[in-house]
Amino acid sequence: MSARLPGDAGEALAEALPELLSPPRRRGAVGGFIHRHPGIAAGGALVVLMAAIAVFAPILGTVDPTALAPARRLRPPSAMYWFGTDMLGRDVYSRVIYGARVSLVVGFAVAVLASLLGTAIGLVGGFVRWLDALLMRVMDGLMSIPSILLAIALMALTRGSVRNVVIAITIAEVPRVARLVRGVVLGLRELPYVEAAVAAGTRSPMIILRHILPNTLAPLSVQATYICASAMITEAILSFIGAGTPPIIPSWGNIMAEGRALWQVKPYLVFFPAAFLSVTVLAVNLLGDGLRDALDPRLARKL
Amino acid sequence: MTGPLLDVQDLRKEFAVRAGRFGFGRAALAAVDGVSFTISRGETLSLVGESGCGKSTVGRAILRLIAPTAGEIRLDGQRIDDLPEHRLRPLRRRIQVVFQDPFSSLNPRLTVGEILAEPLRNFGLVHGRAARVERLGQLADAVGVAREALGRRPHEFSGGQRQRIGIARALATEPELIVCDEAVSALDVSVKAQIINLFADLQDRLGLALLFISHDLAVVEHLTHRVAVMYLGRIVETAPRRALFAAPHHPYTRALLSSVPVPDPTATRRRIVLGGDVPSPLAPPPGCRFHTRCPFAVERCRVETPALRPVGEGHRSACHFDTAPAPG
Repeated sequence: MSARLPGDAGEALAEALPELLSPPRRRGAVGGFIHRHPGIAAGGALVVLMAAIAVFAPILGTVDPTALAPARRLRPPSAMYWFGTDMLGRDVYSRVIYGARVSLVVGFAVAVLASLLGTAIGLVGGFVRWLDALLMRVMDGLMSIPSILLAIALMALTRGSVRNVVIAITIAEVPRVARLVRGVVLGLRELPYVEAAVAAGTRSPMIILRHILPNTLAPLSVQATYICASAMITEAILSFIGAGTPPIIPSWGNIMAEGRALWQVKPYLVFFPAAFLSVTVLAVNLLGDGLRDALDPRLARKL
Repeated sequence: MTGPLLDVQDLRKEFAVRAGRFGFGRAALAAVDGVSFTISRGETLSLVGESGCGKSTVGRAILRLIAPTAGEIRLDGQRIDDLPEHRLRPLRRRIQVVFQDPFSSLNPRLTVGEILAEPLRNFGLVHGRAARVERLGQLADAVGVAREALGRRPHEFSGGQRQRIGIARALATEPELIVCDEAVSALDVSVKAQIINLFADLQDRLGLALLFISHDLAVVEHLTHRVAVMYLGRIVETAPRRALFAAPHHPYTRALLSSVPVPDPTATRRRIVLGGDVPSPLAPPPGCRFHTRCPFAVERCRVETPALRPVGEGHRSACHFDTAPAPG
């Protein structure tokens, strides 16, 4: 409003001004971050919590999740068995806690692998004209099959293991990343600073590394969180129908599958793994939405 | 050395576009349709025309950001229009570019120093850290940007400052020709004048040739030696600056000139206001391309394409008629 003048005059002026705005409430660094990005804070905290649960599963009051105890079958939740026991007498709490490992490993591994592969394919598509049409038609083909069906079909070709589940879901998710990255690259290529770099003699690999790739990171990291959430659900579905993680390794999907037969009399067998899956997927999605809004508001319309 | 620095002959650039009812068909859009001109060392040629007339396409073809469909581009007698990228790369050093938009022409993630160092590194122009720092400082000085700016990022600067940085990047390789694609069009009037003066100053000191692409004749008047006026992919008139501004020949040039505001409230003159829009380059009109909007068009113009013919000293125009200069 008023320019600051040196000396008394300036101070008098400043004092005469009425207080139009209440002074901003001061927040600490952490408080400020939570206030600005509630989604990232909430989702991130839940994801970190789930990761901690998965890592520290052995010391969270669990017993061997595969230990059979036929004498104590189908106990309801109690102080002894927090989530009850299943039809083979295994402790459902221990199984659900250990099950977090499979879900998180699959979710993160698929997100990372699909991002890397998809980025590579997207970059090639965006830069190499004659390969572009071919690559994108293959991606279209993959996308035309629902990803869960594609994953089931791929799992039918091989043995059930966590590694194969990761590979199958990655193949199903790659096209989404590839298309996104290709689109971003095609947009960036036209930017004057990229053209100026070409005119200034910068070679293509350097252009990609310096001018293109850094600008794909924001949309890519958002997409990766969605893929992570989607991969967790797909893994659970695969396990649920018996096409995924082998029964010997507890995962939320196969715990639910085993409880399904008794769902009407012993609903806790399904409820607890389902609740963990829902909360984890919700947390990852919250994180993704928060990242999207924080990194670039304009992305909201693209993704 | 004899011969022009840049020699463009019959340049043609077609873009494939979707056509037909469902976009399944293909059609060729000739954005540039047989353009020829030369630029000598230390000379400024201005390429003027409306949006979409192909002037930027000419610039991009010279820079080999796009491959021409036909025609020849020679730099110092050597053809560069058909060179593969690895043979072209050493020559890129000699032609640089300054773009219109000072915001999107600098990578927001790099510091100014990194932006300016990129062309130096690409061509191995400086060796060692001390030499690089010194050269970056020189570049900053040359365009009137503080040396302290080198450590900062583009978003910390105003549009005019950014444009100076863009010019510094173009100067980094010590080019002989700079293509200025609407290089001052996005700037405020006062900043525009400063940047034009900077170009004129650099040209004097470094002997640069400039290809100045602009839609604004008023901008061009202050620093150009020659002007080429483009309409719908073709050059319709080319002349030394004085001849063009004093005695424009082609009706289109006269219409353009009459649209330049005169900073004199008492001045009265007749403005030639062109009716209608520029015809689609997908279906350019037969004969003279300007006949659909030309106030003087007759039957001959609809049929016969006028050639660029001499109408004065270094002055050529593509009009059938020796019309007198427009009244006013």
